[in-house]
Amino acid sequence: MDQEYKNYEKQPAKEPAQSERTRNTRIFVPKVDIYETPETMVLIGDVPGVDENSVEVILDKNVLKIHGTVDPQESQGRRLYYAEYEVGDYQRTFTLSEDVDREKIEASVKNGVLRVVLHKAAPVAAKKIAIKAG
Amino acid sequence: MFGPGIWRMGRMLDMFPEMTRFQKDMNRFFSGLTQEYGQQHPPINVWISEDDVLVRAELPGMDPGAIEITTKGDLLYIKGSREPEPLEEGCRYHRQERGFGRFSRGLQLPFNVDQQKVEANYEKGILQIHLPRAEEDKPRKIAIKSE
Repeated sequence: MDQEYKNYEKQPAKEPAQSERTRNTRIFVPKVDIYETPETMVLIGDVPGVDENSVEVILDKNVLKIHGTVDPQESQGRRLYYAEYEVGDYQRTFTLSEDVDREKIEASVKNGVLRVVLHKAAPVAAKKIAIKAG
Repeated sequence: MFGPGIWRMGRMLDMFPEMTRFQKDMNRFFSGLTQEYGQQHPPINVWISEDDVLVRAELPGMDPGAIEITTKGDLLYIKGSREPEPLEEGCRYHRQERGFGRFSRGLQLPFNVDQQKVEANYEKGILQIHLPRAEEDKPRKIAIKSE
């Protein structure tokens, strides 16, 4: 239905260039809760249909990117009769305001809920600088 | 308000999300009292064949024991509750977008189901219910005798 006729004219590019995906699936923004404790930053996201093998959590500098791939479940020859939700991948990016300890990021998925625990980097201890008399 | 039974048209599928969104907005507008979850939680998809119905619902973060599924004739009810995240000492929320609380919804299926053979499983936050059609409800082919 989507592609009844194709547009053969050249299409102007969007500025700035947006990246496109090779797979033509829908992308959804997962709903998240983010909270902060004195030592950690915890992100909890609802990603139904995603398991531990199909989710990626990437921290690049201070940008945290979550990407979950959902395989559409087959319906074995049945026909869709009623629909309220669509199946697609999840993607969301956050810019973190605080430094996190890169070695201590924990991520887990259970029952379609992603949980990422980021530990804050230990503050650099204050150092007293000795002043020499000139 | 309206159960899905009213939408017995296969060719309007493209319009479903739009129509249900509109219906949801209207329900919220007229209901006045808002619950933590709206009337339409969890969102469901329904597939049918001649002999069975397959219902899937997006229900992330549930304890499977806390989901209650009941059937009666051609009706299916899904009930449950999602508990909010227990707060730790001294924590501060940056964002709170996920819903929680109790939900319940009823669904009218296109035919009566065999209650003994209903199966449900919960995986990756998706609830799947398989409901075979009741034997006495199946269409019976009538042999035509000819002289």
